Amino acid sequence: MELRILAAPAEQQALLDLPWDMPLEEWPEWYLVALPRGISRHVVRFTRLNGRVYALKEVVESFAVREYQLLRDLERLGVPAVEAVGIVRGRQEPGGAPLESVLVTRHLQFSLPYRALFARMMRRDTVERLIDALVALLVRLHLLGFFWGDCSLSNTLFRRDAGAFAAYLVDAETGELHRSLSDGQRRHDIENARVNIAGELMDLQAGGRMDDTIDPTAMPDLVVDRYESLWQELTGWEAFDVNDRWRIARRVERLNELGFDVAELDIVTDIGGRTVRVQPKVVDPGHHSRRLIRLTGIDAQENQARRLLNDLDAYAARTEQQGEDEEIVAYHWVTDAYEPVLRAIPRDLRAKLTGPEIYHEVLEHRWYLSEQAGREVGIVEAARAYVDNVLRHKPDEDAVLEGPPTQPDLPVVVADELGAT
Amino acid sequence: MATVTYDSATRIYPGTEKPAVDSLDLEVGDGEFVVLVGPSGSGKSTALRMLAGLEDVDGGSIHIGERDVTNIPPKDRDIAMVFQNYALYPHMSVADNMGFALKIAGVKKDEIARRVQDAAKLLELENFLARKPKALSGGQRQRVAMGRAIVREPQVFLMDEPLSNLDAKLRVSTRTQIASLQRRLGITTVYVTHDQIEAMTMGDRVCVLNDGMLQQVDTPLSLYDKPANVFVAGFIGSPAMNIATFKVSDGKANLGNAHLPLARATVDAVTAEGSDQVVLGFRPESLEPAPQEAGGAIPVIVDVVEELGSDAYLYGEAVGPAATDPDAALANRTIIARVEPRHEPQKGEKVYLRIKQGGEHCFSVKTGERLPS
Repeated sequence: MELRILAAPAEQQALLDLPWDMPLEEWPEWYLVALPRGISRHVVRFTRLNGRVYALKEVVESFAVREYQLLRDLERLGVPAVEAVGIVRGRQEPGGAPLESVLVTRHLQFSLPYRALFARMMRRDTVERLIDALVALLVRLHLLGFFWGDCSLSNTLFRRDAGAFAAYLVDAETGELHRSLSDGQRRHDIENARVNIAGELMDLQAGGRMDDTIDPTAMPDLVVDRYESLWQELTGWEAFDVNDRWRIARRVERLNELGFDVAELDIVTDIGGRTVRVQPKVVDPGHHSRRLIRLTGIDAQENQARRLLNDLDAYAARTEQQGEDEEIVAYHWVTDAYEPVLRAIPRDLRAKLTGPEIYHEVLEHRWYLSEQAGREVGIVEAARAYVDNVLRHKPDEDAVLEGPPTQPDLPVVVADELGAT
Repeated sequence: MATVTYDSATRIYPGTEKPAVDSLDLEVGDGEFVVLVGPSGSGKSTALRMLAGLEDVDGGSIHIGERDVTNIPPKDRDIAMVFQNYALYPHMSVADNMGFALKIAGVKKDEIARRVQDAAKLLELENFLARKPKALSGGQRQRVAMGRAIVREPQVFLMDEPLSNLDAKLRVSTRTQIASLQRRLGITTVYVTHDQIEAMTMGDRVCVLNDGMLQQVDTPLSLYDKPANVFVAGFIGSPAMNIATFKVSDGKANLGNAHLPLARATVDAVTAEGSDQVVLGFRPESLEPAPQEAGGAIPVIVDVVEELGSDAYLYGEAVGPAATDPDAALANRTIIARVEPRHEPQKGEKVYLRIKQGGEHCFSVKTGERLPS
């Protein structure tokens, strides 16, 4: 048996102790953790070691190796995806019968499969936000030359992102990395996404877990529309009169608003010099996250970062620091607004959400309280109210478990999506 | 009529000079099962994807029936890629699982029901249509996946190494299922694999590719009996064919003490191209043991014997002048021969093997092409 792991030494030791000489399906309960697994054609199990959760997928060796390498490549490219930890090959049962390899990935903290994103019923706006998140991920992958091959809600994990969702790729099994993608490849990916999402929504409906007003066969058309418009925005040629050069700046701004930095622009004037054509050449997602981390050191997702930066701007206006050096203002905002809010959260409730998400929710809650009270409620007061009225009642999301809300470390019986245990 | 035609189809990846698929000419007949086979990098998957619309076509064209599909997007080509994904939806019945893509496409309810029923009959899933996927075995779940493609009633099925993620046992049983299903359905199928055994057992015809170029397309038996060049000779057949370069003189091919008379036409062809050597291929079953005294045998030291019950194969190293002749080297010195099961020589033993008359295949030492006989 060969264990190729990229884990830290503590992780390695813990991974070595797992019962590799048994088929994954037969692993005893006490090794496992129940997580909503999504629909998979392979055997997938989760295990918790030293407080971190790992996903284990049993596949033939060539597939495990290939997917492992792809996930590593995606990590290097900065794509939001699960992290590859290692492969276990050459497994055998005690009698010598060979067992398939296992791909080990680290579960993304605070990420959720789509089926866990709603308590009882999936609502229309949730579906739309999920589609938006998936489209944003798909566009990003396509820009990098990555062909997914099986884009679906089940192959994605979602993190809350200030009212929206950020999508992370989970299954790279059918993926391919090319220098760039042909139109046919991109269209194939979108069509797959459309059909898969329709099937997943139909399944939710069949299980009685979706709002009746949603038409699962029509909703996924949104995927195509939103993809096309985002793709056009990011890569399309735009032509205008040479006197309207402000439009170039406007194009860049629009891309920034969408969360992309423009690293290169192609600007071409025609022979007469009358028309200018502009096409973004290199676009990097994460415009707001980068700006936030540069100014404050806070690591947040794109939409969260946008929210926090807006709050920073509002703070600057309120405290009349608008003319000041932005780094100084940012520093003051962190010490006067951000940190006090996080300090107001009791330690035992910190596992519920990430810091930036909590801050965003406190901002929302403050708006709501201010409306109710008819006056401007202070941020720390809002934070305390938020803790009591909202946060206490939320489930822990650092690793979502199925079953009753007990301490996270208590193992729960594995729940297979298809009903088998 | 769902024929498939590749007409000098070429694909060159941007930034590279050598085509991934180089002027491929291939005609697949209506209802035919053609397998594209070749080693990694041969262009077989690229060729399939050109047909699927996933790869651009840089030269030539592709037709499905009369229709030129070269620039048509994938979903408008009336093809179905089988086994792309087969996650089954747990809350939907097997029938709904098979037909859901049709529902999205707006096909009428009774039409969907008819197609699902027909497909279920073919797949022996009729009694499971109302059940949920969890009631099905692994093999049955796979058939539901096939069902998804079948109900779309495409003109062509495309399959790209569909068995590669299955374990060995499931691979063999699924292989048979696919082949028999295709026979019953009669839908034109283009299937890609790197496994030549799979290719030989499944295809009506097999198309061998190497380095982006078509090497030979023929029935499995013809490929086996008359490989068109050295590559096909060495690729098709398991265990592989023995290949060696022989010196030509006196109308014979000579290697050490082995002297094989060659056909007139072969000798003429060799002379015509200006060589004095010929590449000879001989399958393991074309070697027979010879008494040492009989001239023309190659001495071989036995290394490994594989006893399969119905057959036995000897793997050995050629020794003596055959092995050391600088002008006529054995391709990699290991010789594989079929021997009588239960009477095999022992490891380390020296045996004498000669090529049965007519058991040799002759290829040009310059071009690798088959020579006339």
